[in-house]
Amino acid sequence: MRELAYYEAKFEALRELLAADERVHLIGGTFLSLSPRRAVFQEIAKRYPDRVISPPISELGFCGLATGAAMAGLRPIVDLSTGSFIFEAWPQVVNEAANAFYMSGGQTRAPVVFHLFHGIRGGGAAQHSHSPQAMLWNCPGLEIVLPSSPRDVKGLLKTAVRSDNPTIFVDHVQLLEIRGPVPEKDEVIPFGVADVKRLGSDVTVIATSYMVQRCLKVALKLAGEGIQVEVVDPRTLVPLDFAMILASVEKTQRAVIVDETHQSCGVAAEIAARIAEEGFDRLKVPLRRVATLDVPVPYSPPLEEFISPSESRITDAIRATLR
Amino acid sequence: MLPNLPRASLLDFCRRMLLIRHFEEALVDLYNKGHFRGHYHLYIGQEATGVAALSCLRADDYLFSTHRNHGHLLARGAEPKRLLAEILGRADGYNKGKGGTFHTAVASLGFLHTSGVVAGIIPLAIGTAYASKALKNGRVTACLFGDGALEEGAAPEAFNLASLWKLPVLFLCENNGKYGAGQAVGAAQSSSMAAHPLTDLPQAYKIPSQQVDGVDAGAVHQVILDAIKKIRQGEGPQFIETQTVRWPGSETNWPTVPVPTDVALAWDVNSVPERVREWYRSSDPLLIFVRELVEAEQVTREEIAALERKAKEIIAEAVSFALASPYPKPEEALKDLSA
Repeated sequence: MRELAYYEAKFEALRELLAADERVHLIGGTFLSLSPRRAVFQEIAKRYPDRVISPPISELGFCGLATGAAMAGLRPIVDLSTGSFIFEAWPQVVNEAANAFYMSGGQTRAPVVFHLFHGIRGGGAAQHSHSPQAMLWNCPGLEIVLPSSPRDVKGLLKTAVRSDNPTIFVDHVQLLEIRGPVPEKDEVIPFGVADVKRLGSDVTVIATSYMVQRCLKVALKLAGEGIQVEVVDPRTLVPLDFAMILASVEKTQRAVIVDETHQSCGVAAEIAARIAEEGFDRLKVPLRRVATLDVPVPYSPPLEEFISPSESRITDAIRATLR
Repeated sequence: MLPNLPRASLLDFCRRMLLIRHFEEALVDLYNKGHFRGHYHLYIGQEATGVAALSCLRADDYLFSTHRNHGHLLARGAEPKRLLAEILGRADGYNKGKGGTFHTAVASLGFLHTSGVVAGIIPLAIGTAYASKALKNGRVTACLFGDGALEEGAAPEAFNLASLWKLPVLFLCENNGKYGAGQAVGAAQSSSMAAHPLTDLPQAYKIPSQQVDGVDAGAVHQVILDAIKKIRQGEGPQFIETQTVRWPGSETNWPTVPVPTDVALAWDVNSVPERVREWYRSSDPLLIFVRELVEAEQVTREEIAALERKAKEIIAEAVSFALASPYPKPEEALKDLSA
């Protein structure tokens, strides 16, 4: 299989989506972040000037606009850029889009995709480093997608646009340069199907988004010591493939959950609670969470590193389950 | 003044206004008897605006409404019985009992989504307008909200986008607090805007804006017809502020009916309690409309009374239907989460 960089796979998905379906509109222009890769994006911005739109800095306004446009038959993908900016659009995302189908008794679909870059990007400090997916998970009616590889970003983006529900596409800038296999043919990766990113027998690590890549690195190092780590990537939080998580935990009898949302009421907290409820008797030792510590994200590098789910914290947590 | 329309259309306006009035009054009775819970808002006093404005739209146009949606839905032809069933939380409601008074949507009539957040619909409405423009289907979106919606940031953000991109949307701002608020002790506060008149706000975004007397069906009809024509010609958004005098029954936050409406009040308001008499004499759009109809010899008082009896019958049937409609099964709560 050919190998692509993550940003190339993502760009290919956007290009194919625009070419295949006139209903697809991109609102916003930082799908490849503000890095030099944004030059690549200009290719489609030029080719589809009527469907690749640059809005004013009005997150509330244009997220509502995209939701309304979706209700009326378009398939918009809105770019919120930095994940923290979704708070500017919060009422439209969580109180209008998320509720539309349910509240109307199933009359009105809002197939909009909200795209954002979450997490600690390095130097983003408190106001540009949020991981809002746990808060969003608390708003029924939204689908939440977290790609972690070039193949996944392409296949999941295709599914997000085909989905009839409002979908949050939670990306991470640290993934953009990662390389990996991506099939030539059009591949649609269904929501609600987790992926075992690495097989192992000693401990299950459940990780999302960029943390999948970080955990794979840790797993590689620990393999040198004879510790076989299994890395399970849920890929979507809503819907969640809990069966695959539980099956892995059953096999290894040990679980560590690694995620970049804050620890309290975070993504790791919810997954941990479900393992405790449904798989407690399969665990040999208490499960562990590695999440962002419960402080606003600080600016200075050593401070940022200290509160992050870093390689050293992940390694320590894995070792703790094996003692 | 009466709209410049044939008699059949004028009678149709009259029927719809009567239906709204008696629906809303029946609702107060149902609330007082404990048939539904929570806060609710009535359209009494704004019937001329809704009926005249919505008559200017096409069957395939989109509409968005707010917490004060009952009159809009009925003006557009929603079934009173299914609307009422929704408000009572019953299985036969338009939203299967999941929306209630703040959220009744009737997608088949173009009401895709009704929001209980005062400005919640404004960004959505520019979205359906954006889609209509992209799909070149000629549809207009009518976004119906109150003066309070202008106090939320969603309104100016959406005005800016609609104006920049020349979107086919009508912003109809129904200001039901023409003489300001606070006339009575405990009165509900209306608009608190530094922008005055309210049209200053959309005009800052270069949206053509005007004010019209919302009690005057003919004036509303003329202004909206003209605005819709311009929008359909591709001129972009239009903003209309209609002004009505707040119905005294809404002065307190929970509605009360000072006097049950009877079209005979159009000619004699002496039976109305003195405190609220002036509103029924000079600010009630329904009574003004029927008075004008009779004066213009379009219809007799007897014919108007017969129309009112018919409206009351329809509402009585709707009440029976809604009360007989079962509550949804509890498990229904877990359905319609995803499409």
